[in-house]
Amino acid sequence: MNWRAVRTIIRKDLKVVRQTRAVLIPLIIVPVLVLVLLPGVGGALLATADPDSEAIRDFRRESAAFFDHLPAPISERLAQYDDEVQRITYILFNLFFPPMVLLLPTMVANVIAADSFAGEKERKTLEALLYAPTTDRELYLAKLIGPWLAGVAVGWLGYLAFAVVITLTTLSFMGGIFVLDATWLLLIFWVVPAASGLGLGAMVLVSSRVSTFQEAYQLGGVVVLPILLLLFGQLGGVVYFSPLLALAVGAVLWALALGLMGYGAGSFKRGALIARL
Amino acid sequence: MALPAIHLQEVTRRFGATTAVDKLSLTVEAGEIFGFLGHNGAGKTTTIRLLNGVLAADGGVIRVLGLDPGTQGSQVRARSGVLTETPSLDERLTAVDNLTYYADLYGVPPGQVRGRTAAVLERFELADRAGEKVGGYSKGMKQRLALARAFLHEPEILFLDEPTAGLDPVAAQEVGRMIRHLSRDEGRTVFLCTHNLVEAQRLCDRVAVMERGRLAAVGTPRALAREIGAEMRYTLEVAADQRETARREIALLPAVKYVETADAELTLTLSDREAAPEVLARLLAAKVRVYALTPHESSLEDIYMALHRQGQERGMQ
Ligand SMILES: Nc1ncnc2c1ncn2[C@@H]1O[C@H](COP(=O)(O)OP(=O)(O)OP(=O)(O)O)[C@@H](O)[C@H]1O
Ligand SMILES: [Mg+2]
Repeated sequence: MNWRAVRTIIRKDLKVVRQTRAVLIPLIIVPVLVLVLLPGVGGALLATADPDSEAIRDFRRESAAFFDHLPAPISERLAQYDDEVQRITYILFNLFFPPMVLLLPTMVANVIAADSFAGEKERKTLEALLYAPTTDRELYLAKLIGPWLAGVAVGWLGYLAFAVVITLTTLSFMGGIFVLDATWLLLIFWVVPAASGLGLGAMVLVSSRVSTFQEAYQLGGVVVLPILLLLFGQLGGVVYFSPLLALAVGAVLWALALGLMGYGAGSFKRGALIARL
Repeated sequence: MALPAIHLQEVTRRFGATTAVDKLSLTVEAGEIFGFLGHNGAGKTTTIRLLNGVLAADGGVIRVLGLDPGTQGSQVRARSGVLTETPSLDERLTAVDNLTYYADLYGVPPGQVRGRTAAVLERFELADRAGEKVGGYSKGMKQRLALARAFLHEPEILFLDEPTAGLDPVAAQEVGRMIRHLSRDEGRTVFLCTHNLVEAQRLCDRVAVMERGRLAAVGTPRALAREIGAEMRYTLEVAADQRETARREIALLPAVKYVETADAELTLTLSDREAAPEVLARLLAAKVRVYALTPHESSLEDIYMALHRQGQERGMQ
């Protein structure tokens, strides 16, 4: 394995992304919006809410069906809290944000892979690269690792920022960190890497069929749908992340991601790539 | 004898119904500047791709530096440098970053990357613009940078696909000098694709002429010229009302092989240079007013035509 060449390609692809506004801006704005601003504002509002106010009681009454049908482990956890604001806070950030944390790595890996696969074709930089002394497999691996790492990194950093923001804004009434448990750990270390892989795998498939970054970007975006499905599932009270579900979701995403990447490897051959330039 | 740098035997590559390279057999010796001539679509770029294991052949045997590009492609590519048809540079990066990237890819020792990069930039007169994004470069500057990239890892074989395309005459000459230096002084093999016959004659030790994927001729430029170019073509311009007279007069000379009439001019094919004064003397004796008798620069076109004629003549015998 020519690791130096692999490292070189990864570093260059990521460097170019850092210098390309069209790619970089969505990669910064979306995470900041979803994992910093949104929870920050939510946390700050909840921190000023009066548990005995009319608004909170109304809300609790209206969502009674939701709160009364939570799975036992979550109900037990909620029972430890003293007032409704704490319970609402716990539910809000533990149920609705995990899919967000998964959305990001998928999206980031997807966009960067679009740039690195389709973009390379579009900018006509692929031909010289194909003459480099790497095997097809080394080249493919290098092209996969960069976007995947970026997806995982943004997922992890996003979670970290989210955890810090939410803990700080709600410290006054929650008394500490409440978005860290076995489920979260599984999400972070098992499902986030899989989600990044899925975003990547989808793009590998798409980019072999299109010739510009924009096309790839638009088509590849479809991959976030299953994750949005999870989000709506959570909202509608159909799915709840538990350690077991996190394990299962991770396994499914990994299977999809690896399947797509394996399939992509078949068409990632120099001869086929250059003939399609 | 040393191992030939390149050896092709009956190599064929098809794209659907097109046969881009058709049973090509060739040997290029180490250290040689080998010209690969042909019109658009003759199969030059495809041959470079085959030789570097970037495309697979449909049949035949290929050896580059004794290696089989089909199975040892990355080893071949590590020892070859390629100037592709389009510069294939990352326009969002600076010249230095582009070169550094390829230096790392080609395994230039890390301690030497900076020095080599600076040296090739100097050599191709890009040093003062080295920190700029390549997107802002002119066409010729991009071409020079792409050339610099091909030299960067000091390859044993250089494949240059139209190296002087887009360069001004001064830069083109400089590239020519560099190519000669690489071969004469450094012993590197140069495989030079071009459709510029003059350039090939000036630079190359041997040339091959390709026509629709087939090898039409191969040899030293001089031998090829002797084979086909002993005959010379001239354009003759005479007074309009005397064109027929002129045609009749010179057709009788044994040294005149063909006379074609095109528009206001006659095109003559003579057996050799010495026939020209004879033609002139004959015309003057017949009181034809001659305005010009101009020799043609022999072009790739002439080689093809000569080869065709020879082929036909052989066919008739
Ligand atoms: N990827 C491809 N798909 C289909 N046909 C191809 C492909 N590559 C080359 N060809 C065909 O093979 C033939 C040779 O092409 P090639 O590019 O090797 O010619 P060339 O000598 O380099 O021409 P030019 O001077 O225009 O660069 C052409 O007829 C071309 O259309
Ligand atoms: Mg070509």
